[in-house]
Amino acid sequence: MKDDKALQEFVSESEEIIEEIFQNLHEIEGSIDQGRYNPETLNAIFRGAHSMKGLAGMFGFEGIQSFAHHLEDLLDKLRLGKLTFDKPILNRLFSSMEYLRSLVADRAQGKADDMAAIDERIRELQAMLAGGKGGAESNPFEGVALDPGLLGVLTEYEEYRLKTNIEQGHNLFRVRATFDIMSFDQELDGITKKLKGMGAELITTLPSPEPAKEMEIKFDLVAGGDRPLADLEAELAAPNVTVTEIEQASKKKRPSPGVAGTVESFLQAQAPSGTVVDDDDAGRRDEATSIRSVSKTVRVDIDKLDTIMNVVGELVLYSSQINRFAEKLRLEQGNTGPSAQFFKASRALERKLRELQDGVMDTRMVPLKQVFDKLQRIVRKIVQDVGKEAELVILGGETELDKLIIEDLGDPLMHIIRNSVDHGLETPDEREKAGKPRKGTIRIHAYQRGNHVNLEVEDDGRGIDRERIRRKAREKRLVDNVDALKDDEVLSLIFLPGFSTAEKVSELSGRGVGLDVVKENIAQMRGLINIDTELGKGTKFTLTLPITLAIIRALIIEARGRLYAIPLSSILTSLMIEPRQIRTIERREVMEFRHQNAVQTLPLLRLERIFDLRRDTAEAGESLYVVVLELADRRLGLIVDRLHGQQDIVIKSISDVLRTRGIAGATDLGNQQTILVLDAAALIDEAARGV
Amino acid sequence: MGKKLLVAEDSATMRQLIVAALSRIPDLEIVECQSGFEALKAIPRVRFDMVLTDINMPDINGLELIGFLKSNPDTRNIPIVIITTESSKRDQVKGLALGASEYLIKPFSPERLQELVSRHLQIQLPQ
Repeated sequence: MKDDKALQEFVSESEEIIEEIFQNLHEIEGSIDQGRYNPETLNAIFRGAHSMKGLAGMFGFEGIQSFAHHLEDLLDKLRLGKLTFDKPILNRLFSSMEYLRSLVADRAQGKADDMAAIDERIRELQAMLAGGKGGAESNPFEGVALDPGLLGVLTEYEEYRLKTNIEQGHNLFRVRATFDIMSFDQELDGITKKLKGMGAELITTLPSPEPAKEMEIKFDLVAGGDRPLADLEAELAAPNVTVTEIEQASKKKRPSPGVAGTVESFLQAQAPSGTVVDDDDAGRRDEATSIRSVSKTVRVDIDKLDTIMNVVGELVLYSSQINRFAEKLRLEQGNTGPSAQFFKASRALERKLRELQDGVMDTRMVPLKQVFDKLQRIVRKIVQDVGKEAELVILGGETELDKLIIEDLGDPLMHIIRNSVDHGLETPDEREKAGKPRKGTIRIHAYQRGNHVNLEVEDDGRGIDRERIRRKAREKRLVDNVDALKDDEVLSLIFLPGFSTAEKVSELSGRGVGLDVVKENIAQMRGLINIDTELGKGTKFTLTLPITLAIIRALIIEARGRLYAIPLSSILTSLMIEPRQIRTIERREVMEFRHQNAVQTLPLLRLERIFDLRRDTAEAGESLYVVVLELADRRLGLIVDRLHGQQDIVIKSISDVLRTRGIAGATDLGNQQTILVLDAAALIDEAARGV
Repeated sequence: MGKKLLVAEDSATMRQLIVAALSRIPDLEIVECQSGFEALKAIPRVRFDMVLTDINMPDINGLELIGFLKSNPDTRNIPIVIITTESSKRDQVKGLALGASEYLIKPFSPERLQELVSRHLQIQLPQ
């Protein structure tokens, strides 16, 4: 039985299991710092380790079996709550999975397990088991009206999840559903998703012992969650589905949903505020949440949200107008009587509007996971198409971005990944020769940094050869003096239109789309793209994207008598300087810039230089302002004449015909004055190109 | 007429090993199911003579499958053998309490599996 084919099966299934565990670990990594993770994800990891153990055992791979066994042990304690899942344990799991992967790879090449090394790793795993808590053995199921026999079919893990839900004071529900025997899995899947969508946990799916009609099957699902019964009924109700709540004696009987409940919650709302809500009111509180939560599940067209956002944006503008007016009035008429009241009211209006703005903004945010999930599938296909081996590792999928940005992100991101698979990764044979694992890794890591989200796409491939870029640039005459370019400047050449280093255009990266288009796409989102590369080691693309494109806070500046807005998110600081502080190096203006105890030579840019504004006589000796822009560790000082304070702005795009580099759009200042909004990313780029 | 065996096991490799081991048993038809759901779909369509089931499966667990089979008069008498690892003791005990005949612990030898299946199905193993 242990022939080559069987061994292959073992290796490929093990790899699948390990890959899935990695994905699940990454998912947990995203939230473990907040002490949260999806128990189902942890259980899936446990199942993976369990399967590994079983498989290895069948093949007599004792080392792998023993290691997987100890992993399973640790995971079992974690999933049953006997051990607290924290970062050190997560890190140990990551490294253990790496190790397990190497063990499987060794087996694939016919190498025997190094038992001494494995035992060492096992001891490390065992060390993690210390400090576990002993399970307090009371009977949490007392007074819970579970079906007789239910506990008998629950695995230890399911029993633990049930117990946890009871201890957390969650409501328990029984969802009874009858399905056609041929399609019950899809229908169950639909119910499971709806439950998850309501934050409920599916504890078990039980094929019901109750006799059903021929070719039908009944299921009892047990779920726990903090939503009231009415919510679940509203969401799941169907002729073939009934939802009931499982009584728990420790919980007070709640009012039945319907008219009585509504009246009660109405009375509750009428009660004087400050009433202490005791446990008897739990039911009524649930009623109150039920009104809110139903609206939570409403699906909204993004266009409608946009409209609301625009209105809110305009309201914000009016509000700041009113504010200025109120301030003026207060200055003129003193801080008494109507002017003081008006001032106070306008401030309150501003505060409330900000809340509204935050709320609307929040509804637009979606986790990047939505894009990433699609990537997984596509990458698998690309990899197959080009005959390479690659694994996509995703970190930070829960990072949120404006829905509109997420939508526009898919294509450029896809292109970068294609590029990485196609050009970045070597063939498995080449990789092996270079002493790398045959399988390449493409790692996507998203994380928030201030008002931006950074998205890194990193491969462990061959890296970009700068000499080849230089050669290509010379051949194609893309720039004048290629040799004068510094290393990172050379890299930026690959974003130029008409550049393609691939010796032959492959079906993938071909398609007539180059990285220039990617850069253009990212720029339209007011983002920035950077490359890091090391020959033989790999390449990393970093996208820096604003969290939202809707309302932003901006600094209003003046240059040559014109006003401009600069998004505050890209400003590091602003300073007042004397003209003599500006020096010239290689025909570029620079200044010494001190920030957080570090001194750097800051490149400077005058707006009139890029926008061809008329040159006034330089007001020698007068003070100037420098606004320091910063994006993805790149800085640029913008020389301006005056600062006009901060303001919330709504950026409106300007038509393509009028679009100029360095301009992100236009905005209305609320006093019939329309000004241009500067695009910090483009300006930084422009300056780097030596305008 | 041949005997029919249902194998519910989510690992493809494990299923292959089982099928390979049982290929020695004459007149045995094996229906492979890679999840509890698949098993539930197969049960009303085929009259099985025996069931081999894993406990840890992603959709419904093996215990639930056993409970389902044992509560239905049509399937109550099918012998069920749990395939599991030695670590899930509590779950094994529950399985037996639900009416499973016995359990087989991974890793197991092909001979052990052959012996067990042929015994339950009352088939003579060829010498």
